[in-house]
This record gives sequence, C-alpha cells and structure tokens, in this order.
Amino acid sequence: MAIQFAQKPGLVVYLTAGDPTLEATRSVAIAAIDAGADVIELGVPFSDPLADGPIIQRASERALAHNTRLKDVLALAAEIRAARPSAGLVIFSYLNPILRYGLTRFADDAAASGADGVLITDMIVEEADAYLAEMERVKLAPIFLAAPTSPDDRLEAIATHSKGFIYAISRVGITGKQQSMTSDAAALVARIRRWTELPIAVGFGISNANHVAQVAEFADAAVIGSAIVELIERSTPETAPGAVARFIKGLRQPVTALAR
Amino acid sequence: MASVILPAAPSESRPGRFGIYGGRYVPETLMAALVELEHEYEVAKADAAFQAELTLLLNDFAGRPTPLYFAKRLTEQLGGAKIYLKREDLLHTGAHKINNALGQGLLAKRMGKHRIIAETGAGQHGVATATVCALLGMECVIYMGDVDMARQELNVLRMRLLGAEVRGVSSGAKTLKDAISEAMRDWVTNVRTTHYLLGSALGAHPYPTMVRDFQRIISIEMKQQILEKEGRLPTAVIACVGGGSNAIGAFYEFIPDRQVRLIGVEAGGRGTALGEHAARFSGGVPGVLQGTFSYVLQDENGQIAQTHSVSAGLDYASIGPEHAALHDSGRAEYVSQDDKSALDAVVKLARTEGILPALESAHAVAEALRLAPTMPARDILVVNLSGRGDKDMGILAQELHIQGA
Repeated sequence: MAIQFAQKPGLVVYLTAGDPTLEATRSVAIAAIDAGADVIELGVPFSDPLADGPIIQRASERALAHNTRLKDVLALAAEIRAARPSAGLVIFSYLNPILRYGLTRFADDAAASGADGVLITDMIVEEADAYLAEMERVKLAPIFLAAPTSPDDRLEAIATHSKGFIYAISRVGITGKQQSMTSDAAALVARIRRWTELPIAVGFGISNANHVAQVAEFADAAVIGSAIVELIERSTPETAPGAVARFIKGLRQPVTALAR
Repeated sequence: MASVILPAAPSESRPGRFGIYGGRYVPETLMAALVELEHEYEVAKADAAFQAELTLLLNDFAGRPTPLYFAKRLTEQLGGAKIYLKREDLLHTGAHKINNALGQGLLAKRMGKHRIIAETGAGQHGVATATVCALLGMECVIYMGDVDMARQELNVLRMRLLGAEVRGVSSGAKTLKDAISEAMRDWVTNVRTTHYLLGSALGAHPYPTMVRDFQRIISIEMKQQILEKEGRLPTAVIACVGGGSNAIGAFYEFIPDRQVRLIGVEAGGRGTALGEHAARFSGGVPGVLQGTFSYVLQDENGQIAQTHSVSAGLDYASIGPEHAALHDSGRAEYVSQDDKSALDAVVKLARTEGILPALESAHAVAEALRLAPTMPARDILVVNLSGRGDKDMGILAQELHIQGA
C-alpha cells in the first residue's frame, strides 16, 4: 500500500481529471505531490455530480467538454504513478461510468494503472458486495465515506469494509469551501476511531491552513478539493502547477505563524 | 452494448429491489434519512389513523375517487376496442401527483420535518407539493429546470401564489434530471430538517415503493370501476411513463391478472438518435442515476444523455426501477409515441370528447388511438388520463398555431 501519511497532518488532494486538460491535471498532480500531498484523488468527471457543489460541477463540465473518459483517467493515473512511484493514488468516481466500463474490467485496469484505492461517491456499504469482491481480487483499497449523520452501526460497517483510509465528511452538505470547521467533524472522527486503526482523512470545505491545523488536532489527514479546483479554474494550464504547489506548501504552515 | 456487471448481488427478497433493479446508490450523508424514512413509512403504512387521515384528504380535498369515463364518441370514431379514461385529470391541482404529495406530506409532518423540497418537470408535482405544504403549513422549496420554467410558466405562477419558493436550475439541460440533482444537493445539506418529497417512483429505496403505494389507489379504483361497468377486466391498461408514477399506480393491481396487458408509453420525442427522445427501453442500458439502478439513457462512457420531449414530465433519462423489472420480465410492454402523435392526440381528445389532456397523458392517448382500431369491439382499453392540459396552453398555442386575442 502506498497510501501513507508520513507527516501529520497528511494531505489528500482532489483533482478533477481533464480539468482543463489531462496534461494539465498530470502537471498539477506531480506539482502537488512534490509540494507535499500524500495522496492524489483523481476525479472521474460525471455529467450529474449530485454530491458536488458549483466549483466541482464546473470542473466536471470543463473536463467533459473535451470528452474525458474513464479510460483516459486510468491512463493518467498510470502516468502519475510512473512519475511519482511512492505517492498515494485514488480513483474517485460516481458509480455509473464504472458500471458502463464494466466493474471487473475497471478493477483490472485500475490496478494495472498503479492506483492504490478507489472511492465511489454514490456507493454505500450495503450495495457493495460485488465491488468489494473485485477490489479484494485486484488488491485495491475500497475507501468509503463516513458522514456526520451516519449512526454507529453504519460507521462500524464502513470501518470494517474500508482499506487505505476512511474519508470522514466534515459536515452535512455538498462539496465546497466554507468559513470554519464545524464541531461535527471532530465528533465524527472520534466515533469512527472506536471501530478502526486506519488513518482518517477529513474532507469537505477545507480550504486554508487554519482548517488544516484544526483537522490535525483530531484526524490523520485533511482532504482539499474545491479550494484547489477553484485555484486551477482561476489559473492557466501553465501557471496552475506553481499556484497549486504554493497553496499546498502554505497549508502546513503553523497557524501561530499565520496569526502573527 | 457494454455488459453491465451488477454493483451488488441481486436478491428478490431484498427491500427496495425489483428483480435486479432499484437499490440505494446515494452519498452516505443521506443514508440515515433514507433508513429513517423507510422505517417511518412502514409504521405509518400500518397505522389506521394515518391511513384514515390520508383517505379523508384524498376524498374531500383532492376529489377521489376519480371517475372511469367511457369515451363513447372516440370509441365510435375509431371503430375498435372500447376506450375508458381514468380521470386523474379531474383531481385537485390537475394531475395524479396530488395522491403522492398528500401521502408524503402527512408522513413528513409525522416525522417532524417542517421544510419540504421537491423537484418538478411539468410543474404538476411542484404544484401538488406547494398545495400540500399550504394545506399543512409547511415551508416549501421547489427546484425546476430553467427550460421547464419557461415552457410551464403557468405552473410556476401557481406554485408562487401558493407560497412556495421556486428555484430555477441552470445546470445541464435545465430540465427534470437537473432539478432532481439540485433537490438532492439541498437534501444532503439540510437533511436534518428537510423532507425530500420526490414526485415519481424513482430514486433510492424507499421512494419507488412508497410512491407506488401512494399511487396504487388509481388501479384499485380502476379495477373496481371496470368490473362494475363491464363485469370483466380490461384487455389493456395504457399509461404514459416519465419516471413512472402514474403508470405504476395504474398497473399495480393488475399485475397478477396476467390476461390484462400493461402498456407503458414513453416519449419518442422528435427522433430516434440519442438526445432526441426519452425512450429508455429502446435507447437505454442499465445503470445508476440519482440513487437507483434502472435503464438509463447514456453514452458509451457512462455519461447521462440529454433527452427531449415536448412534454416536460416525460423528459427524463431514467425510469422507475419497478418498470425496468416489469419490462425485463415481459409482464408490461413499453412503446413510444413521438411529439407529433402526442400533439395530435391532444386535439383529437379535445374535439371528440371535450377533454384537454396534459401533453404527458396525451402520449398514452396516442397509443390508444393507434391500438383501438386494431382490436375487436369487445376488447376494452383503459387509458390513465394522468393530468389535464391547461398548463400546456402556451406550448399548444405555439405548436398548433392557435391564435389568441
């Protein structure tokens, strides 16, 4: 398993693959890894991203405007893996593109690409029998989401079936930036801890060093999505890697330094 | 066609599964609410007081039972099977949608959720939901695609008059599918205080089952009425299918009666190419959209396709999972009628029987117009006239070149 969080807090960076081009995503991913990202989540663009806010919706539209396909995302994963052998790499998708590709074929090709894990936004543990069997067969880590609304019995099932890490959603809602962390997140992480030794990454709405420092107090890693996707939106393909690298380096600055 | 490998081992006995279809494919944040809804619904379903309150409102507020009307002039002109119309168009708010809106509205109140959100395509479900929220004193937010708001403007005005907030959706094709995605985003965000009053037999379990149960009254009445009038079951029941709530309501009680043909009519739109229609069974493959596993119009990469229909209520890329199971088992047949046939059917029914059907329901009428002359006079067709066409006057005036003042 290459999913490791050597530093605390670990950083997981979400990128919509193909936004604005596959080449740009590759450059940004490599820059992000070099700047300290432990894991890259490569998002497969989908026409109907119902768990995502406007920033990632727009990224999906940009990626789909030039027909970014699941097979392209897997090829991109292989390129990133070749360039940065030790970084964590997760394929992040809605279910339908994977079903259409074929679950078995997807498992084979995702494993062959060098990815470490898979996260399917609209896949819950109760429906996951065939998916879990495929992930087990090809030794990929199935990563499930845990929500503040998940009762303990669901958290236990999520913890039991997850590998790599558990993605704890910081608040109820869709993806997007927010001003401050809610108390939901710490309480959720504490509840998940009872069932697992796996690292727990907290995501949704984390957009600055302050948030990351808060997450570091109770979880293993922070997931940064919309804030970086928005940064890419505001950059050109040429300037995006540098801008993202600077942003990621800034995320681990001590909060005390910021306060001064 | 790519082979589809099921996301989970199918099981007939599993709740929320119709054969291999249905299930729950949603973000984890919604799961607790879906489980709670499933439980509360099961309790309410078995509660005589809940059922009595619902029945009272269905009768005295909405106007049930609706008549089963023998369309004599239409039957004579077509010269074949007898045509009966189940008059859901006579219900308060103008369509069958009120049956489900009342049921879920009462359920939400029982669950202590005072904020209601809903999606709407043609606006009939939005109007029904806004009406029920006014009746029960609940906050109401309706999501509607910008394209649908323009083409069903009258219903937008009605919803606003009733006190609902109508939020336009400008993503995607700006139609029903996009309105559902936006409603789901709202629900994920406000799940602790809000009930999502989904309007069709779609989405994650328990919605397809619950909405069907609330619409089942259509076929319960239909069966009793046709037996009273004809002393036998109909040869066929015909209903239009968007998400499929009026159709499953009209079919359900007849499913065990194998001699009764069940015919669902999808929107053939303006062509057979992907994007030009909403005929899921001729152009779709099984997949997951908005919480359920069913037939989905999609491209070879699993991206959801655009759809087209002159009727906003049929303009949707997927179909209720129980219809997918009825299709695969062969128990129900699914055909399509195009925009032009539906428009012709509106005119035919209006001028022959003095009944103006909704454009959605006109697809079912169109199939009856095609089928009746091919059948012997002793055969009986029952068409579920799911809604009335007043809302469509703007489109009809434009499409049929009817002049106003």
